[in-house]
Amino acid sequence: MKPETRNRLIAVGAILVAGAALAWIAFGNIGDNLVYYWKPSEMVAQGEKAYGATVRLGGVVVPGSVVWNPEHTSLSFQVADTHAPTAVRVTVKSEQTPPQMFREGIGVVVEGSFQSDQVFRTNRLMVNHSNEYRAPTDGGMPDDVMKSLSQADPQKT
Amino acid sequence: MNSTLGYGLVLTGLLCSAFAAVVGIVTGLMRKESALPMVQKAVYGFAASMIGSNLVMVYALLSHDFSVKYVAQVGSRSTPVIFTIVSLWSALEGSILFWGAIMGAYLFAFAWMYRKEHGRYMQLSLGVMAAVATFFAFLIAGPANPWTHIANPLADGPGPNPLLQNHPLMIIHPPMLYLGYVGMTIPFGIAAGALLRGELGDAWLVPLRKWTLVPWTFLTVGIILGSWWAYAVLGWGGYWAWDPVENASFMPWLTATAFMHSTMVLEKKKSLKLWTIALALASFVLTIIGTFMTRSGVFNSVHAFTQSDIGPTFLVFIGILLVFSVLLIALRGHMLVAESQLGTIASREGSILLNNLVFAALTFVVLLGTLYPLITEGLFHKKITVGEPYFNQMALPLSLVMLFLMGVGPMLPWGQADPKVTQRQALIPGGVGLAIVAVCYAFGYRGVMPLTAFGFAGFVTVVTLRELFLPAQQRMSEQKESLATAIFVSASRANRRFGGYVVHLGIVIVMVAVAASSAYKVHTTGTLKTGEAMQVGSYKVRFDGLERGKEPHREWIAANLTIITESGAEKQYRGADAPRMNFYERSTDPVGSPTVSERIVSDVYVSLLSYDANGGSASFNMWVFPLVGWIWYAIPILVLGALISLWPQRKKAAAPAPVAAAEAVPGAP
Repeated sequence: MKPETRNRLIAVGAILVAGAALAWIAFGNIGDNLVYYWKPSEMVAQGEKAYGATVRLGGVVVPGSVVWNPEHTSLSFQVADTHAPTAVRVTVKSEQTPPQMFREGIGVVVEGSFQSDQVFRTNRLMVNHSNEYRAPTDGGMPDDVMKSLSQADPQKT
Repeated sequence: MNSTLGYGLVLTGLLCSAFAAVVGIVTGLMRKESALPMVQKAVYGFAASMIGSNLVMVYALLSHDFSVKYVAQVGSRSTPVIFTIVSLWSALEGSILFWGAIMGAYLFAFAWMYRKEHGRYMQLSLGVMAAVATFFAFLIAGPANPWTHIANPLADGPGPNPLLQNHPLMIIHPPMLYLGYVGMTIPFGIAAGALLRGELGDAWLVPLRKWTLVPWTFLTVGIILGSWWAYAVLGWGGYWAWDPVENASFMPWLTATAFMHSTMVLEKKKSLKLWTIALALASFVLTIIGTFMTRSGVFNSVHAFTQSDIGPTFLVFIGILLVFSVLLIALRGHMLVAESQLGTIASREGSILLNNLVFAALTFVVLLGTLYPLITEGLFHKKITVGEPYFNQMALPLSLVMLFLMGVGPMLPWGQADPKVTQRQALIPGGVGLAIVAVCYAFGYRGVMPLTAFGFAGFVTVVTLRELFLPAQQRMSEQKESLATAIFVSASRANRRFGGYVVHLGIVIVMVAVAASSAYKVHTTGTLKTGEAMQVGSYKVRFDGLERGKEPHREWIAANLTIITESGAEKQYRGADAPRMNFYERSTDPVGSPTVSERIVSDVYVSLLSYDANGGSASFNMWVFPLVGWIWYAIPILVLGALISLWPQRKKAAAPAPVAAAEAVPGAP
């Protein structure tokens, strides 16, 4: 084998190994960082598998369920499926001030995780705006989530 | 009236571009060069009609002609004039029309600059570019037609999206990004034309590089301005969230940057040819994929295709582009065989090769994370997103390697490095880097990633400054020139290299700012009554009460603030300068806008979460971001570097063939 050919083979081999390693790490890493988009009924249907996963839970705030304590910035409310508000209810707890738009009966998406004590703890509460464009803000809600919410809710365009 | 004229111009543009594409490609392949003037004229025709159609649209917007569908969609009598003009690109149809105008301007500029002196590939290149233009003209004429006539127009419209009326950055950011995206058509056309023609020489490499650097500069500025806009307008306390729209602009930037480096190896060593051309083609294809992702609504859901008319059209186009690019490389790749072997890894070309692999890896990581949700939803009907941590964990180490290579590369000579020389050269920069880490550590800054970034940044800065000023210093001692003359002469002798290093300095500033602002940010949230204050980092923020205000197109409620520094200096933010909730006439929900108190060393960032008008209290999100402003302050440095690189060597430098070889030389140290 000529040294040139050998060098080339070594180089190609090294790049292939590096590429395979990168793909392996990337796929592994992506698996650890998936955010599931679930409705309350879908999340509860997962059973124990849902515990601990990062979830974006989308639904409506159940009227009469909001408890807001400004002294300790602790917020608690229930979220139900948008189109079946009485079926499944998930209790959500947050330690942040809710955005101005937050109220009972409004569509929300909360990002956080469901624990075995049946409480969904969130650090990110997003309210369903009815404008056309949505940017990833604390007050607004990402496009993908928005879409499925508004499709389920005939009042929103 | 406006609809008919505007649509007529679009159709004229479509005809011109289709004609230019067919004639350019067919006669080009038949090698009938006499047809070139016809192609050029058709290209001019396309440019004129597209720009004309945009002017008619601006007129229709300004005269509130609600019989035009697009005006009815985004126009409003209460919108200020400047935002009325800007609404040309504030929704889908208008932005694609605007796209057409930019395409026209680029094609005109390219065809005009090379109207006299050009390679034989010109006809085919113009043909390929015109084919891309035909696609966009077709989109405007059909699926995304803004000119549809409305028989019974309403007296007023809803006005553009409130988020886009909130900040002057929205005036400049989209055009910059479009200029970056659309401009990648030109290098694609040059490369495709030259390969189709079977042009074996290197004459087309100089225009290819220059016409990649132009859109690269716009793309860079557009991306940074976009992050600035997100930061200053959206109020969620950040500038980059790895969302698909951002990733879409970042990927072609990565491949174009890689191209700009590998093209040096190509010119110097006649090697990495295939790879370099593949990068040029990929940059263009990625801009089209990016446009598709941001414009077709695919990221609402894969199944939103039925709702968006342009999605399927785009997919077909992307398919054609991919097949075309792969065929081009498969059929003409044999022309692109390396004429020399690459030496060891410890050389300039070795470091550039490594840099390219890192860029490719980063592009792969971003592409995978962006497309993964689409794939899982398409295949498994599972709705997921990929969290930000994935991108950060993957991109951070790769970026650090890139930063390190920015210092190593310029230090190594072409060919073979002498270990002793390299060691001696690395002594001072390495020492400075270590000193910076030590000083940061002594001042209480912790964290492996940010400290590594600061250390590497110091190392790169010293290496780059030395490369920038060493030639000038030599001139000063040998030619007895003054400092200014020496810098000017050495910079203009090797303007491409000099400009490149200036860009490197800008990138170092951006990377340091990103590292510092993400590692050492402080966040607090809380509710304040009037007169109360809270601490965020070393600053105190006092709430001075709510204030209401009214503008023609919106009303707002602001939470007046006073920001107090450690030394007790106070700065007041009142009314329009304070964090607000804006209420737009035709939008039911408020849009918040934060207050950013910009300082050289750190920004204080306050956004209003909610207010209680009766109780006189308000809730805030507050951040302190160290050095964050330097991300945007680096823009002038980046632009300056690009302009120095683009500056023509001599008047004749625009001519491709003979000067090309001479121009490649300044790339050497």
